[in-house]
Amino acid sequence: MSALVAESRLTRRFEKLKEKNRAALVTFITANDPDPALFRQLLEGLPTAGADIIELGMPFSDPMADGPSVQLSSQRALQAGVSIDDVLGAVADMREWEMDTPVILMGYYNPIYRYGPAEFSEAAANAGVDGVIIVDLPPEEAEELNQHLRANNLHMIFLAAPTTDETRLPRVLDHASGFVYYVAVKGVTGTKSADVSEVSARVAAMRKQTDLPIGVGFGIRTAAQAAEMARFADAVVVGSAIVDIITDGIDKDRRPQPGLAARVLDFVKDLANGVQTARLGGDNETSVKTSTGAGA
Amino acid sequence: MAEARNTYRDGPDDQGHFGLFGGRYVAETLMPLILEVERAYDAARADPSYAQELESFLTTYAGRPSPLYFAERLTERFGGAKVYFKRDELNHTGSHKINNCLGQILLAKRMGKTRIIAETGAGQHGVATATVCARFGLECVVYMGAKDIERQKPNVFRMNLLGADVRAVEKGSATLKEAMNEALRDWVANVDDTYYLIGTAAGPHPYPTMVRDFQSVIGEEVREQMDAVEGRLPDTLVACIGGGSNAIGLFHPFLDDSDVRLIGVEAAGKGIDTGEHAASISGGNPGVLHGNRTFLLQEDGGQIRDAHSISAGLDYPGIGPEHAWLHLQGRVDYVSATDEEALAAFQLCSKLEGIIPALEPSHALSYVGKIAPELPADHLIVINLCGRGDKDVFTVADALGTEVGAGS
Repeated sequence: MSALVAESRLTRRFEKLKEKNRAALVTFITANDPDPALFRQLLEGLPTAGADIIELGMPFSDPMADGPSVQLSSQRALQAGVSIDDVLGAVADMREWEMDTPVILMGYYNPIYRYGPAEFSEAAANAGVDGVIIVDLPPEEAEELNQHLRANNLHMIFLAAPTTDETRLPRVLDHASGFVYYVAVKGVTGTKSADVSEVSARVAAMRKQTDLPIGVGFGIRTAAQAAEMARFADAVVVGSAIVDIITDGIDKDRRPQPGLAARVLDFVKDLANGVQTARLGGDNETSVKTSTGAGA
Repeated sequence: MAEARNTYRDGPDDQGHFGLFGGRYVAETLMPLILEVERAYDAARADPSYAQELESFLTTYAGRPSPLYFAERLTERFGGAKVYFKRDELNHTGSHKINNCLGQILLAKRMGKTRIIAETGAGQHGVATATVCARFGLECVVYMGAKDIERQKPNVFRMNLLGADVRAVEKGSATLKEAMNEALRDWVANVDDTYYLIGTAAGPHPYPTMVRDFQSVIGEEVREQMDAVEGRLPDTLVACIGGGSNAIGLFHPFLDDSDVRLIGVEAAGKGIDTGEHAASISGGNPGVLHGNRTFLLQEDGGQIRDAHSISAGLDYPGIGPEHAWLHLQGRVDYVSATDEEALAAFQLCSKLEGIIPALEPSHALSYVGKIAPELPADHLIVINLCGRGDKDVFTVADALGTEVGAGS
């Protein structure tokens, strides 16, 4: 059950960033939020703004693991209209001009199950997708989809949570591919702030059990927080904080205010700057800094 | 077609699957908890003192066994089969929900949890949960759709009296589906001290199994009671189905009695053809939601549709996974009754039997009104009267165009 995706756009990106001794910035936005035009504008601007990996939300009517920010964003996207084919179409168009930035899709299983796990995996690979995160598919239920993802050289990225104990962690790591996504808080997305020393202790403990890159997400809202995590994590995921700028920048008919895309991309630039400079200078240049007293 | 089976009672497998259905489709944060609940439940089941304690509370607190009642005047009216009611509306808190809540609260106590969360539609499960939390001194938070709060005011007030914190969920259709989403989000955020007391035979494994086991007391009693009165098994069992906890509780002890016909009645709302209904089997497809694979009301693209039923307790776009499996096996027949049919049955039962039933079992009664006249006089039908109708008087008055409390 080990990762069979040997080499990919995603592994290459992590290799490259490791050489530069810095973490990847992963930015999350929801496909077609608040409408297809603004979404496409953001997608076009993200690589230049400093997103090293693009995570796209595939909206679901019942996003049970998400807090209010991503719930609203999914709702807006569904109102604007969005199907799996729309999401894949946007990625395929992006691949016309952007070949190096990995794209990961995040969503819930039901829309994929209806689409067909085999058909979805093939279509996603053809569109230029690199991996998927399916929130409600723990390792126990994942094989139905994962067999087809592997066959199409796509990574299935699994979450490890603060509740994932020592006996369970090997099971998660055994299935993981691409990178391991450590959920930094006990909670849904965008509602709590991550505790850096706790997270760094957990990441250090996980490193003893896996060679895969380890990303950290949930509860990271500012460039400063992203920088703190980027000192020891291989990837830092920011979602709700980006989505909130969209929420604040539209009118009640979901029409974006002038300059909204630029505001979102400016925030991504801030985040990128934080992540890119996190390990420069000072005493934090080692890739893993175990906090004192946290007892991994 | 499904092959003939020796037993229909051996599910689920050790991963919580009933054939294609069931399972554990939850976020990783919840997986360790779900596994912990499963271990704790297995340990409790193996412990005779747990069974004894539960039995004692079922008897002295819930008021079990509930009677099996011969509905003589309805039988006369239908002019065919003999109609019995399993009187689970006489339980403490007014529905079958207390059976499951007692079982799970004792489990939560064994696990050392101090905070209980629950979702509720009609408020029956919310009231039962608030009740056992009061009895055992545990903090209680109940998530309820804003629309359901509006149409089930008496139950909201009861929960407040019992000390529960009732939280309105405004999102989406503001009914049971959203309440369950919100309860799951709460659980993810409060994993250390919180136990999620699910009220229906759905959700991630082991909940569908656990709820079924706790509700099976209904069917087990019917078996004994019918034997005492008629000296044999019943011929047909009928129960309403939202998530399906009262139905699986009635059916499960009879699954291997091939001569006993089992009928689940879903809510057809304004009619299956209108799209405004809550009949997941008659009008849905297999999918994954709220931790399990089952039949769901959904769009082609896999987005979940809003359900509709006049009965808040049936207003849910899914159904328990064991029902989904029993449907594919052909062991249980799943049919439906509309809002209008349920309303008519509600009034008929009130007038002829002096029993005001909840709108949920009124669906089952309505279907019995269709089949009983065609059946012989020695055919024995049991309807699970799983809830009483006090909570529904405002809804019914509204539907009938009268005003409650206007001093007529």
